[in-house]
Amino acid sequence: MIGCYLRITAAGFHRFSSYRHAVLAGTATNIVFGLIKVGILSAVYLARGGGSIGGYDLTTTITYVWLGQGLLAVVDFWSNDELSERIRTGDVVVDLSRPWNLQAALLCTDLGRAGFNAAARFVPQLLLGAVFFPFHWPTDAWVAPAFLVSTLLAVLVSFHLRFLLGMTTFWLLDSRGVRGLYGVLSVTMAGLEIPLSFFPVWAQTVLWCTPFPSMLQAPINVFVQVGSVTQLLAQQLLWVVVLAAVGRLVLARAMHKVVVQGG
Amino acid sequence: MVDLAVYGRLARAQVRSQLSYRGSFAINLVAQALAQGSDLIVILIVFGRVSSLGGFDFHAVLLFYALSGLSFGLADLSVGSIERLPSYIRTGTFDIVLMRPLGTLTQLFVSDFQLRRIGRALTAFGTLVYVLSTSDIHWTPASALLLVLTPLAGATIFGSIFVAANSVSFWLIDAQELANSVTYGGSYLTAYPVSVFGRALRILLAYVVPGAFVAYYPALTLLDHPDPLGAPTWLGWLDTPVALLTATVAGLIWRTAVRHYRGTGS
Repeated sequence: MIGCYLRITAAGFHRFSSYRHAVLAGTATNIVFGLIKVGILSAVYLARGGGSIGGYDLTTTITYVWLGQGLLAVVDFWSNDELSERIRTGDVVVDLSRPWNLQAALLCTDLGRAGFNAAARFVPQLLLGAVFFPFHWPTDAWVAPAFLVSTLLAVLVSFHLRFLLGMTTFWLLDSRGVRGLYGVLSVTMAGLEIPLSFFPVWAQTVLWCTPFPSMLQAPINVFVQVGSVTQLLAQQLLWVVVLAAVGRLVLARAMHKVVVQGG
Repeated sequence: MVDLAVYGRLARAQVRSQLSYRGSFAINLVAQALAQGSDLIVILIVFGRVSSLGGFDFHAVLLFYALSGLSFGLADLSVGSIERLPSYIRTGTFDIVLMRPLGTLTQLFVSDFQLRRIGRALTAFGTLVYVLSTSDIHWTPASALLLVLTPLAGATIFGSIFVAANSVSFWLIDAQELANSVTYGGSYLTAYPVSVFGRALRILLAYVVPGAFVAYYPALTLLDHPDPLGAPTWLGWLDTPVALLTATVAGLIWRTAVRHYRGTGS
């Protein structure tokens, strides 16, 4: 059984590795957006005459930009609507009748995707930031493993949220509106456009009570060593457990709802 | 004229079908409005930390944002459906487009016309009304004319960028995301003073792709604000000629790309 899931993970990795041009195009686009962000955020520090905002100084902020741009494809906020489409067309019945746990199988595909994008999209942008820009290298050896764990947890939170979005198709029949709304709101609330520490304090308090920062700001904060690592990881882990459980519950409810027409 | 009536009918059919799913349409409209709004939130947060950016105060940046957003919103509404070009090419539907006795570009524009995209323009328009009502622009017939021309010229520039950038799909079928770097990237960049960006980026997205003429130079002319980079204040008046030039170049690129296209046959 474990072997089956491993093979699904490998298939996910392989599938995403076959679109070479898409990888290059995606990376180039991430870099252009990264350069724009570096320009805007550097101007903020220039206007303030340096200093730091909630633990973020200029170097940390530029590091944040390249980490965020690289993690974007790994964490994935705008994934394809495969699950929704299969639910809408009824193909999901085939998936549900296979001798596997649908949630686990989809998670394995997604981990394969994340693994490929970590190598093909994250690492090149990390190197670009480190070589051509002021870069905040971690000052402790434990940061590297902590960042890896945090990124894995970020992918898990993202997967479970996207799984829940897909599941809404069972009730809404068309989840495009909900997913569009999620695509817009989640990135800003996760801290993609501007570090969450730039937000007013009340907004930061509210946002850290949601799962969104766990998908992007948390792993970045682990890397640039802002905030308590234990607290960041614990918070991410909590969201993974909660969202996985909710996803499982919703899937069970959906299974009761499915009516297979014809035979 | 007959062609125009056909295009109108095609677009209306699209709108009717979209409006029949009221709930979905409403959510999509809100999502589009919020997509534009999230850039506004970033500007508000930035100005919660600083009082000027690249030599411009909050009002000036808000004016860049509003003009850029309105231009992008109008372009996205009218020609944004060209983003579906890769799927037309992949599935062979582009052959059908070529066979019909209508323009290829216009067919692509109307056949997937999405009314929800007006959401972006609405957020930007609301911001523009707010900025203009609180700013101390010295109004003359000339500046009023410039204000009307600017979003139209800006929309033409963005529309041309959409067409030119998506033409890449004729050569690289799975590289559509590359177009986003100049379309959405252009919209992101033009909401800020050009002076904050590094040289390479400025040359690429403000002058080669003439993003600086979408909002930056026209806003400087309207505000009578000197350019930190030393350009004359009347430069904003060049936005319409630049837009026409961009549209011509985009048209030529599109024509070359379509000539390059070979159907997969059947």
